[in-house]
Amino acid sequence: MKQVTITAEPISTARALEPLEHLGGGAIASFTGIARADSGVVALELEHYPGMTEKNLNALADEAMARWSLLGCVVIHRVGKIAVGEQVVVIATAAGHRAEALDACAFLIDRLKTDAAFWKKEHLSDGSALWVEAKGTDDTRAEKWRD
Amino acid sequence: MRFVYFARVREAVGVDSEERDLPAEVHTVQGCIAWLESCDPRYAVAFAEPARLRFALDQQMVAADAALAGHDELAIFPPVTGG
Repeated sequence: MKQVTITAEPISTARALEPLEHLGGGAIASFTGIARADSGVVALELEHYPGMTEKNLNALADEAMARWSLLGCVVIHRVGKIAVGEQVVVIATAAGHRAEALDACAFLIDRLKTDAAFWKKEHLSDGSALWVEAKGTDDTRAEKWRD
Repeated sequence: MRFVYFARVREAVGVDSEERDLPAEVHTVQGCIAWLESCDPRYAVAFAEPARLRFALDQQMVAADAALAGHDELAIFPPVTGG
């Protein structure tokens, strides 16, 4: 079972987990990314490349399903304007045992950060906005899964 | 060739996409960048830091020296920052 969704509507970890709960496995792992209340930030704005971003996420989900023999995998990413405190991304994996579910979930968020065509802008309380710069530490975390 | 731009690059160029006929001597992504920069100063601003540009041909990530032959769409954007 694989579900990849990009949506401008609010997303929910609880709803993302539901389709994974009755697949017969013993473990579900999830990661939820939330728009963080950094100094002065009131909202994020997420842009994507329609078509390519879906391909990027499907390729990562397929790789995770095969590499960890997952029973299910859900990747939901929100786009558009997202207020501080709201969910930006939810990743959830179901497997027979916890190690596969946890590792696959970490792989998916680490590689999503470097491989999926999304761009993030921070809107500040003074009305200005800044594009977020890519971080070298994200490359390092993603690189450790390439073996 | 159809050009598409995202994020900071899109804002600097001023449009999210455009169709342009390439000169016969332009064969690579890097060649496109140099040619666009020669067309209008806003491209020189958008592409000012080559280390912070990424490219996709028909929605597949490619390097700057990739050949354009057989492709319809070149996307130019900064390193991705999702999640």
